[in-house]
Amino acid sequence: MLEINDVATAYGKIEALKGVSLQAKEGQVTCLLGPNGAGKTTLMMTLSGILKPKRGSIKFEGEELVGRSPAEIVARGLALVPENRLVFPAMTVRDNLLAGAYRRKDRAAIRDDIEKMFERFPRLKEREAQLAGTLSGGEQQMLAVARALMSRPRLLLMDEPSLGLAPLVIAEIFRIISQLHAEGVSIFLVEQNAHMAMKVAQHFYLMEQGRIGFSGSPDQLASDDVIQRAYLGSRKAA
Amino acid sequence: MLDLLQLTVDGLLDGAAYALVGFGLALTFGTLRRLNLAYGASAMLAAYIGSWLFQRHGTPWWTVLPVVVVSAVVIGFYVERLCFAGLGEKQRAGASRASGFDAGRDGYQVVALASSFAIWMQLEQLATLLLPRHLNPFPSLAAGGEWELGPVAFGPDRLALALLAVGFAFALHRWLHGTRGGLAWRATSDHATAAHLSGIPVVRVQVVAFAAASAMAGMAAFALLSIDGQVTPMFGMWVLIKGLAAAMIGGLAAPTGVLAGGLLLGVVEAHAQGLGGALARDFATYALVFAVLLWRPQGLLGRPAQLA
Repeated sequence: MLEINDVATAYGKIEALKGVSLQAKEGQVTCLLGPNGAGKTTLMMTLSGILKPKRGSIKFEGEELVGRSPAEIVARGLALVPENRLVFPAMTVRDNLLAGAYRRKDRAAIRDDIEKMFERFPRLKEREAQLAGTLSGGEQQMLAVARALMSRPRLLLMDEPSLGLAPLVIAEIFRIISQLHAEGVSIFLVEQNAHMAMKVAQHFYLMEQGRIGFSGSPDQLASDDVIQRAYLGSRKAA
Repeated sequence: MLDLLQLTVDGLLDGAAYALVGFGLALTFGTLRRLNLAYGASAMLAAYIGSWLFQRHGTPWWTVLPVVVVSAVVIGFYVERLCFAGLGEKQRAGASRASGFDAGRDGYQVVALASSFAIWMQLEQLATLLLPRHLNPFPSLAAGGEWELGPVAFGPDRLALALLAVGFAFALHRWLHGTRGGLAWRATSDHATAAHLSGIPVVRVQVVAFAAASAMAGMAAFALLSIDGQVTPMFGMWVLIKGLAAAMIGGLAAPTGVLAGGLLLGVVEAHAQGLGGALARDFATYALVFAVLLWRPQGLLGRPAQLA
């Protein structure tokens, strides 16, 4: 569904991505693990068109995304739940959701979808008319997910949705991820919380210093020594 | 007592004019997060083109009006291209460098401000080259007499201007909160990167907002000058200072704030002048801006900046 081939992105002279290739399959949850500074967020920003890669190709359902604007990429069915949420702080919860549906013109269906989001996230319903900037971190994360879903994406990109949240809220976020997966939404997830990611993802990549260092199933990940030590806190650690 | 009432009415009518020129400034500041210092000069040059046509060819007001508005838009595009073009793109690249970012703070801020100052000077020079005299006639729509309502008197033309400002404020407010375009404008203004990610064509929103603001500046300039029946080289500076003061006092984010800011400024100025003459009037302008910046830097109706 998503094919990334030899993508390199640089900030000035500093290359944050040094030729990244990976794939996300339809109907699956694909997870990208990696420490801080590995280039995970840079990859997400490149996928959504905010950053322009120096080279490489990004194909979504066979169509090249490199060179397209962020708005065109959203229109093609790719939506990002960005790191740190990035909700519209001075807009109400409802307006945040409407902004997420900006590309769509089917007003009645948009209204239905907002109601569905409120069913999925009852806390947002309670705060419908409140400014998003006044919500708690967990609520903002829910809102960011709901806003991205409002564009009816075929592939949902999520950049560290567990970042800075309390354990209970993290569990809730991952419950929603498996729920979305069960409903058939394809998800490409960036995480540092490997324990939680193991419960939802079917395929893993590991990124270090701008390169992909591992690719495999959850079982392979669990049996890989280095990754065990680095991300899961292994029993076998010396 | 009656004097105070008359001063208040005069102040309200003046204040509505301030708001009228403040709307465009607030509209562009909202999406670009940049102050366009060439705003007043653009309106002035457009007005000078109208005045030149009127003097040279005796063009009637109903032709001068569209000429002034179209000129303002064309000059606006020139300013946008030179000072603000590609800001959205640059913000986008600069913004995502750090992940918890503020799209408003980057090196381009200073560049855009400085270049718009240079264009301000250039446009003013251009206008004075076109019409070197100090006083230049403008098609007049001034009403002959004044209306008296009990103890207060006012020109019906000034009242029409004030109603125009109020109408603008509420129409803009309705547009911002009731339409898809208004939603895109508010989203872009609130968080440019988030707007990109929501599929909003941020760069197009910024360019359209700039054009709309320029058209509004042209209309405001025509409305004001047609009451005076003349235009002077001081007009550009006046538009920038009064518009900016109104917008800062009321809050740059909302048209109703600009209206409230303009009206308050007008009333305070009128009473200061009544007490201490013209010098006190100018003092009151800056004192009011200063006081608002000190106690409510987001403006009277503005919302405090919030961190996402």
